[in-house]
Amino acid sequence: MRRRFTVASAMVGALALFTLAGCTTDPNVGPATDNAAPTEEEEVEWFDQELFDKQDAERDVVPEGPEDQPWLQMINPEMVDTAQFASTGPKKACFANASISNPWRQTGWITMNQQLQVLQQAGAISEMETRDAQDSDDTQIADIDYFINEGNCDVFIISPNSTAAMTPAVERACDTGKPVIVFDRGVQTDCPVTFIHPIGGFAWGIDTAEFLIDELEEGDKVVALRILPGVDVLEQRWAAAEKLFDEAGIEAVDYFTGADPAEIKKIISDELAKGDVQGVWMDAGDGAVAAIEAFEDAGVDYPVMTGEDEMSFLRKWKETGLTGLAPVYSNFQWRTPLLAAQMIFAGQQVPKEWVLPQEPIPAEEVDQYLAANEGMPDGHYAKFGGEDLPGYPQVWQDRVIP
Amino acid sequence: MSAVTSESPTFGRRLAGFARVLISPRGAVFLLLIVLLVAITVLNPSFADPSQLIRFVQRVAPVAIVAIGQYFVIVGGEFDLSMGSVVTAQVVIAGNLIGQNDANSIPVLLFMLAFGAFIGLVNGLIVSFLKVPSFIVTLGMMLALLGATLYWTGGAATGNPADSFRQIGRGGIRDLPVIDILPWSVVILVVVLAVAVWFARRPFGRTIIALGDNPTAARFSGTRSWWVKTSTFIISSLSATVAGVLLVGYAGVHPSVGRGYEFTAITAVVLGGVVLGGGRGWVVAAAAGAFALEALFTLLNFAGVPSTYRDAVQGAIIILAVAYAATTFRARRRGRALETSPVASTGAKGPDPNPDPAHPAPNPSTQRADNETKGGS
Amino acid sequence: MSTTTTPAPTPARRGRRRLDASLIVGIALIGVIVIGAILVASVGRNFFSAGNIRDILTGMSVLGFVAIGQTFVILCASLDLSVPYVVSLSSLIAADLMAGNPANIPIAVLAVLAFAVIVGLANGLIVSKLRVNGFIATLGTGLIIKGYLDTNYKGTSGLVPPEFQYIGATGVGPVPISTIIMLAVAVVAAFYLARTRTGNHMFAVGGNEQVARLSGIRTARPLIVAHVLCSVTAALAGLLLASRLGVGSPTVGTQGGYDLLSIAAVVLGGTLLMGGRGSIWGTIGGVAIFAVVDNVMSVMQVNPFLKDVVRGIVIVAAVAVYTARVTERRRPRFTASGATDASGGGIARGEGPGGGNAGVGTTAVERSQEEQS
Repeated sequence: MRRRFTVASAMVGALALFTLAGCTTDPNVGPATDNAAPTEEEEVEWFDQELFDKQDAERDVVPEGPEDQPWLQMINPEMVDTAQFASTGPKKACFANASISNPWRQTGWITMNQQLQVLQQAGAISEMETRDAQDSDDTQIADIDYFINEGNCDVFIISPNSTAAMTPAVERACDTGKPVIVFDRGVQTDCPVTFIHPIGGFAWGIDTAEFLIDELEEGDKVVALRILPGVDVLEQRWAAAEKLFDEAGIEAVDYFTGADPAEIKKIISDELAKGDVQGVWMDAGDGAVAAIEAFEDAGVDYPVMTGEDEMSFLRKWKETGLTGLAPVYSNFQWRTPLLAAQMIFAGQQVPKEWVLPQEPIPAEEVDQYLAANEGMPDGHYAKFGGEDLPGYPQVWQDRVIP
Repeated sequence: MSAVTSESPTFGRRLAGFARVLISPRGAVFLLLIVLLVAITVLNPSFADPSQLIRFVQRVAPVAIVAIGQYFVIVGGEFDLSMGSVVTAQVVIAGNLIGQNDANSIPVLLFMLAFGAFIGLVNGLIVSFLKVPSFIVTLGMMLALLGATLYWTGGAATGNPADSFRQIGRGGIRDLPVIDILPWSVVILVVVLAVAVWFARRPFGRTIIALGDNPTAARFSGTRSWWVKTSTFIISSLSATVAGVLLVGYAGVHPSVGRGYEFTAITAVVLGGVVLGGGRGWVVAAAAGAFALEALFTLLNFAGVPSTYRDAVQGAIIILAVAYAATTFRARRRGRALETSPVASTGAKGPDPNPDPAHPAPNPSTQRADNETKGGS
Repeated sequence: MSTTTTPAPTPARRGRRRLDASLIVGIALIGVIVIGAILVASVGRNFFSAGNIRDILTGMSVLGFVAIGQTFVILCASLDLSVPYVVSLSSLIAADLMAGNPANIPIAVLAVLAFAVIVGLANGLIVSKLRVNGFIATLGTGLIIKGYLDTNYKGTSGLVPPEFQYIGATGVGPVPISTIIMLAVAVVAAFYLARTRTGNHMFAVGGNEQVARLSGIRTARPLIVAHVLCSVTAALAGLLLASRLGVGSPTVGTQGGYDLLSIAAVVLGGTLLMGGRGSIWGTIGGVAIFAVVDNVMSVMQVNPFLKDVVRGIVIVAAVAVYTARVTERRRPRFTASGATDASGGGIARGEGPGGGNAGVGTTAVERSQEEQS
């Protein structure tokens, strides 16, 4: 026992010595820049009038860029010069992915890999090293640090798991002087060369809420099915919709479902047991079919419903003929980051904030998208934008995930 | 052993003791269930409507069946954390292998049962022969099975299976008087429960409880403990398979179907007064625990409790319910326990400064062997 | 039956036992490292480069804190499933109170620790006084905290000042400060288990609560202390995560899956799941095995779904190797620590060998279950 104590004290002493002798701060680690400091109100309350107005306006803007390639279109771009990054030869991309834990991300991830093949053949990208954080902020921070130290990366592509938490790590990546591309969820710093995203959650909320308000009457009840709390792109959808429902006098109750269809069905069944439900609003269409089936099983009329451009919803929508809308959180954005990297190394200008179009699928376009995506699995997203990539349609049909 | 004796008395005697049973720990779950159902009915009178009530039973059926399976594992002194993943895997298998082809239903159903039994067999054999605690074995199975399922399907199943197959969980005998519809789920639940009650009373069922109660004793009385133990895992995986068949009908195919079922099932079983660590419990109470848990969720919903508070209320109630059962038990049994303490300490045979390698060691394959035989080596 | 003096086992015997436990975990760890290094080399990377070592050690820090606390609880034959929520709420309390001002750091840390002590006390009291099984008790308190989190926090909150962020982002060469702190906590924890009376009693209570009580140990105390320590180390993990994220997050604990992973790490480290035997250093070894496996899979760019398959197999296989080795050289429990040795021995000598009555002697077991349930 005494010997053990001695060993222990020796270790403590050694650690103390190490600390005194060699306390080195990694050069990549600096104090967070002040401009990123979030105010607490913004953090807790998701509604943001300024952003709401901006996204509301962006819905009506005709995007610039090639008409048949929505993934290269941009809304109100503010171009930045990238001449400093111009360089020839194939480059290595390092991709810190938040996760592939839902069908939307899986579909996008497949598309991204097919886009990578094109760019590899074109000699723009040599390889892409990917680390998947499996939905963990801490893991993703470690992933980014690993890339900085060991990755030999020419460009960092980051799909942040959460906005505020990833900011310091993204800033460290920026400090390397290599280009950083962020897409999907954002970060609270403007150091990345470009931030790629569809219009956003408020636009989704406005599209869907306006549709339901048009179709319903004051005093009608809408059940809002939400996946989980605390994710900005999802919270903003509900923040906008809730505000509009409130203004229009529509009664809306919201639930978190974890995208579990069994849970969704229970919630709808209970709501139907309590009283009539005229509308269903979803912050993501995953699990929409269970919601519709709950109405069938209860033997009541179909609701007016907004889902998403996931094939399961489009198919059920067509089959039942209900009054619906499929809002879109453009899945084709997964193509854009690699193409942006190619542009940056070519010295072409890119938008500081690359806003991609985001158009819902209305009833009259359902047939067209169903035909275009014939044979795709239920978890596939209609606006995935990969029809011109190698491997189409087999790779998406088989859901080949690298 | 008390669990067994409580089931045996005559029907009349049980009726007579009904009130007493209700406030006893084993009956507490029924009392809780009745209170919850009455509360729901007060808030929403249409709930008492037989057609609504039967829908409620239909909804609880998968959870109750999983709880019944988990009961056998827990009463045998183990855990099965892999049940949720088995449900998910079976749901996805049904979606991908049956597809829209009705003819596939029966072969795939047989395959699913075989697959479920195989998972249980693997769990049981690793627990029995590699001496790995079941908590760890089934935790590993939970991760590996879910990961393999997602890998196989690329994260999302192709689509729902044929409607005829989904009728098992979704449909029922329609146009009946009073209840309007008798869902197949309810029929299956009743059958499963009846089989479980019958099985628990069979010698083999009693052996499971005996093994959970005291593995050393069970072993000395000639039990093939590895087979008894393995069979409980096969039962639990099969029950998860049945729940998967019901859920694929009720909810459809999705990788999140079944998520968290292992904890729901354990909570339900414990609410039913079944003792973690094995040796005591009643399978009907375990099923009632599932009903109580679901009734609680329904009540919170009807009461308009914000969805974010629900977890907190659930947490408080399971602690209180289990604490009530535990403290009541202790109070009731304390006197007898003290009387028998000398036996207790002899049961826990003390250490031998020079351990004899030939001395019969307790079955070390289980957590309980390490815990409950209390140094019986 | 007195427990006031605890005659220590002979040093040689004690040393051999410790060697057994640590040796196997150590060999497993070395095996994993060797295989990992070969695999990493096969894709043209260096396993032992500074950045990679740092990645592994960073991966160890958070889980390490949680697993140290979990070791105490498991030694006492309980479990703590509430840790992920304690981690999350700790990170939020810390970040909110700091609010970007370095002067608030001490208050924030104290508040977080106070919160953890309260949760730990609640867990410990529910388990020991209300006789609720640890699994259910901590599942319940975890759900209560989760309800609080979901109700009061909608996403990340607060701001951690740069001074505090350094803890999560600075290192001595390749060794992160956070890992050094974690190892220091491990040293203290191991010392506590070995040298304090409550620490010793944890082994006794976990080994056989009945015998421990009959030999005069107040069994509630070690159990409560273990739960408090577990919540405190979970809170330290929350502080570290706040430092790494720069904000508090209501989901950061569940993201890491720290409840089940910490239990797996503890068991991987050779601690018996039902208590009474184990060591802190084994746990650290278990955490290291996880970190190395995760690191190697990330470097190899293994499909994320397959990662879980590998994790599941590693957990079971490693514990199987360990239990297979240990059961062969199993010793009577009551030589496991000084205190239990004395107390258990007292009873045994008093009552004589009782193995023969095991066939009928279920009462003891039954009774102890009642008290556990």
